[in-house]
Amino acid sequence: MGCSRRIISHLKARPFNSSLSSIRDESFLCQWYSRSSIASASGHRHHHGHNQPHEAQRPSNAGFSPKTASFFSFRPSARWIATEPAANHASTSTSAVNNAVLEIINPNDCIEVFVDGHSVKIPKGMTVFQACEAAGVDIPRFCYHPRLSIAGNCRMCLVEVEKTPKPVASCAMPAMPGMKIKTDTPMVLKAREGVMEFLLANHPLDCPICDQGGECDLQDQSMAFGSDRGRFIETKRTVLDKNLGPLVKTVMTRCIQCTRCVRFASEIAGIQDLGVLGRGGSEEIGTYVERAMASELSGNVIDICPVGALTSKPFAFTARSWELKSTESIDVSDAVGANITINSRGPEVMRILPRLSEEVNEEWLSDKARFCYDGLKRQRLSEPMIRNAKGRLEPASWYDALKAVASVIAKSSPDQMAGIAGKVADAESMMALKDLLNKLGCENLRCEGDGLRPTADIRSDYLMNTTIYGLEKADVCLLIGTQLRNEAPLVNTRLRKAVRNNGAKVASIGPAVDLTYKHTHLGTGPETLMQVAEGQHPFFSVLAKAKNPVVIVGAGIFERADREAVMAAVQKIVEKATVVKEDWNGFNVLLLNASHAAGLDLGLVPGVGVSTNWKESVKFLYLLGADDTPLNDIPEDTFVVYQGHHGDHSVYRANVILPGATYTEKEGTYANTEGRVQQTLPAVPIIGDARDDWKILRAVSEVAKVKLPYDTISALRARMLAISPNLFRVDELEPSSRWVPDSKPAAPGKVDASPFKSTIENFYMTNSICRASKIMAQCTAAFSGSKG
Amino acid sequence: MTKVLCRGGALSRGTHVPEDKELDLMRNVGNIALHARKLSRGRWLSTQAGSTVTQAASSPTPPAPPPSPPPEKTHFGNLKDEDRIFTNLYGKHDPFLKGALARGDWHRTKDLVLKGPDWIINEMKKSGLRGRGGAGFPSGLKWSFMPKVSDGRPSYLVVNADESEPGTCKDREIMRHDPHKLVEGCLIAGVAMRARAAYIYIRGEYVNERKNLEKAVKEAYEAGYIGNNACGSGHDFDVHVHFGAGAYICGEETALLESLEGKQGKPRLKPPFPANTGLYGCPSTVTNVETVAVSPTILRRGPEWFASFGRKNNSGTKLFCISGHVNTPCTVEEEMSIPLRELIERHAGGVRGGWDNLLAIIPGGSSVPLIPKNVCDDILMDFDALKAAQTGLGTAAVIVMDKSTDVVDAIARLSYFYKHESCGQCTPCREGTGWLWMMMERMKAGKAVLEEIDMLWELTKQIEGHTICALGDAAAWPVQGLIRHFRPEMERRIRERAAMELEVPAEATG
Repeated sequence: MGCSRRIISHLKARPFNSSLSSIRDESFLCQWYSRSSIASASGHRHHHGHNQPHEAQRPSNAGFSPKTASFFSFRPSARWIATEPAANHASTSTSAVNNAVLEIINPNDCIEVFVDGHSVKIPKGMTVFQACEAAGVDIPRFCYHPRLSIAGNCRMCLVEVEKTPKPVASCAMPAMPGMKIKTDTPMVLKAREGVMEFLLANHPLDCPICDQGGECDLQDQSMAFGSDRGRFIETKRTVLDKNLGPLVKTVMTRCIQCTRCVRFASEIAGIQDLGVLGRGGSEEIGTYVERAMASELSGNVIDICPVGALTSKPFAFTARSWELKSTESIDVSDAVGANITINSRGPEVMRILPRLSEEVNEEWLSDKARFCYDGLKRQRLSEPMIRNAKGRLEPASWYDALKAVASVIAKSSPDQMAGIAGKVADAESMMALKDLLNKLGCENLRCEGDGLRPTADIRSDYLMNTTIYGLEKADVCLLIGTQLRNEAPLVNTRLRKAVRNNGAKVASIGPAVDLTYKHTHLGTGPETLMQVAEGQHPFFSVLAKAKNPVVIVGAGIFERADREAVMAAVQKIVEKATVVKEDWNGFNVLLLNASHAAGLDLGLVPGVGVSTNWKESVKFLYLLGADDTPLNDIPEDTFVVYQGHHGDHSVYRANVILPGATYTEKEGTYANTEGRVQQTLPAVPIIGDARDDWKILRAVSEVAKVKLPYDTISALRARMLAISPNLFRVDELEPSSRWVPDSKPAAPGKVDASPFKSTIENFYMTNSICRASKIMAQCTAAFSGSKG
Repeated sequence: MTKVLCRGGALSRGTHVPEDKELDLMRNVGNIALHARKLSRGRWLSTQAGSTVTQAASSPTPPAPPPSPPPEKTHFGNLKDEDRIFTNLYGKHDPFLKGALARGDWHRTKDLVLKGPDWIINEMKKSGLRGRGGAGFPSGLKWSFMPKVSDGRPSYLVVNADESEPGTCKDREIMRHDPHKLVEGCLIAGVAMRARAAYIYIRGEYVNERKNLEKAVKEAYEAGYIGNNACGSGHDFDVHVHFGAGAYICGEETALLESLEGKQGKPRLKPPFPANTGLYGCPSTVTNVETVAVSPTILRRGPEWFASFGRKNNSGTKLFCISGHVNTPCTVEEEMSIPLRELIERHAGGVRGGWDNLLAIIPGGSSVPLIPKNVCDDILMDFDALKAAQTGLGTAAVIVMDKSTDVVDAIARLSYFYKHESCGQCTPCREGTGWLWMMMERMKAGKAVLEEIDMLWELTKQIEGHTICALGDAAAWPVQGLIRHFRPEMERRIRERAAMELEVPAEATG
């Protein structure tokens, strides 16, 4: 890695005025900077005189010289999105230079610029900064962030442009055809060193006690671009710390006023809480009136803060970034399936960070996904338990517990059995549960939150067909019975993007909520929905005229008794307003739970003969982590098996407890609300005597003498492949078949006039992990009532 | 065919003199008078002048011989009263409409407006007027950057009346004593820029000036000079007066726009330049009060008249504000390129204690480097001469310091000012201005080591040119000027202090 400075990651060029501008992975950048500062500790100073030797040190698999224009692959019609985010992420660290790829959407719109004398072809509208990136020259930066507006205030990215007397801030300067950009002249080096000296002048030298240490842009860049000694002997500035709530810790003296957090809050999170106060040396970032940062995305400011001013409060002083093991995994706190990196030390999850995924979460993460990890250590079920005659749960051996389950299975008739998959169940265990109960002759299977009459007939009926990324193209959006901001904050962020970028009109029917962007609240209940469906409502014509209309139905509708009638009305809207077109599918269902899509794909729905009041006669109930199903209406003598990882609601009713693994401890397949299949990987060992969920079910089947035909997870996945092939293709999105209008005669029954209810009362408490989390409890206390 | 042509020619020559032609002729006569220096009236532009012009036009004039190029001027200054643009600079007369009309404001403004934007811009270019706000950018050129054809967005003229540069007090004299010159200028400049409205951003502290200006605007509206169908020209043009809250940085054009939009006054990144994306995202041009206020007179009297003052590329008359250690501080309109010494001695009663008591002068407002006496002796007050002396004309606010001045303290005070007024947006300025001030405070007392003078110089160079706006430069230049010209003084203080510190313990022990 001697060729340090020219290393570039998987660069994707985008016009700079688009907020999607490029997909640089910040964490990669940090890694790279720290590496470069170590690898070429003394090398930087004379780096610029020594270009040739550095060239020579390039890995031999270079193939071609990055100093020629041919080092970009031009793919005229290629989509700009990375197809293999995970692979990309991993590969950048090794041979990044030569992988620099610039995908150009329209080659006719290209201009040629020269970076350090080397010709680069870039799309029009890119900045000098992006041109340098495209050329494989890395420009130091603090305030620049590809997903935020350009501030141009840190002045670290100064470069020289021929025929301009002063160095220019490359992040804010549009690249012009024929521009000759120089990034390693004495003028540029001097300017960078000067800016760095100013940044460090008032920055405290508390790196040893700073949580950002080791992943600090300022630390790394001062090693690479700064002076070797300080000259500031005056009094340093100090700034009072702000209390931004239970998640974000502030040490404002460290702040370098890059305003990334302010821009994130106002542009992405859509809250106007953060701002710049004061001026000159007394400038501060703050909320003016001290208050917590009331956003479900507030944790992201920790990631984007280039210094240690904003750090994670729960993570504070618990670990150093270099001691942590990173595991790339998937979040299960909602149905978005955000890509995460689990940082663990030994058997403990220390923190969770977002992982870049353009199509799902970009580089953001909701606070629930980021901070619920302390719930993984509390209220855990670590050993099997059996409820004794006195009604108390007693620890038992696996053998006894399985035996107890098997004995009840043997006594129960199949039509008195039922199985419910919980919110965070993985596809493998759901497959095993389905197979187990089916083998016993039971058809009564369902996913939590699927209502009385679940159906999984048509895949496009329960998926987000537009895809999360596709929402950015929407121009009119109708939300039905969903509180997007609470149910899926990252989907809300996408829709906010559509509102900001294309001025999309959003209207909602359901509980009035603050979505963080301008929208029209049409009404609260099915009445308004019917009006729209009949075309009487003025919004109908807006929707009908739209180019890319979107209808998002919340999964809360599933729980309503009049589900079919409401869905029929929605269907009518979709048909009449041509929401589904030849090249655009605007019909979406937003699921609430991480397990739901996979469960429906696997067919975890009751069979034909199952009555809706099955609860009255159920004798054997198998709960696969199902904690949100009310159990007060099942008979006293029902035998409830609870398989799961947390002692949550259902444990109080369970007769046998079979301890399972959380998503950080197992390898599990999940499909998100758009049907994208992703897998978690074990980051930490399973605690206590708990086991992988599918293995427990496999063991139950063996003891119950209906042995499931798979002994390994790959065999189980092969079985999944047979049922639902898409679940086998990880990190891929199997597009749902084109939505077809239901040709069946509509017999949906009557619509209930009661308004659509909120599905999530408290954003921070939605599943057993969150409910066990102290941090989430603190958030509940801090923010309760602050959000719709 | 020929007949028609002949008739047309006869018509235009004999029976009817088009109004625009009349204006040109007026001006020619004016120029002749100017060169001959015959006209002794205080103001030559009057209705009588107009009538003589008509006569002159109707008589068949022989083809004028090409005018011999006037001899190159070698001495500048001593502006004649009849050449003054601001004839009520001292408030001796009525500042409002009646007085303004008597001074010739609003005289046939309609005709100037009807000449059209291209003509106005061309005349401004010919006059050689350079922006009076400090940077000295050619005004005609700047106005011509505005879009010729609207893309649907309106264009705006923004007048920078946030006069906050220490030492500068020229715009306030215009606004409180001759506000109609500014209002009329707004219309002219606005028409030249195809602007729909003018926003005058006036410094918050200028309360009386604002009141007078608002009154003048009201009068102009009532008289039909501005508003719908301004001056009967068919143009709709509004003038809004907005007052700031007293931040120096809001005098920076893009910070001014931000402030005008109701945001924090923090400079924007350029590009995009205001002429492309300015106020409320619409094409805008920000100009100084003086630049706007002189434009109607330039058009009336002709660009050649204006260009006849001052050296080449530095033409015109200019308001100079002389303050500091002079006997009679004043604001005065003078010819560009007037020698600095003459300016001070003629108008400000000379330096306190005589010219030899002079220590240094800051010739263009606090942000330009000072020049010591030996440079002041024969420097001309114009853009190019001062630039050659490594300083600048700036706002032409001449700050005179005599030998009683603690020059290091004076510059330290300026550093404090810039530290206090830095908006804090970009790093070099935010961190650098404070650092400079702290070092200057030490330099004042000599609490430093000699090498730190070089470091101070380096710091100013690290700020200069690396910031979003020019405030960083403005903070750096005074310190650079100090080091450039008064380094021995700084070194002396450091040495003396060091010597003193050596002595004290010696006394204590001895």
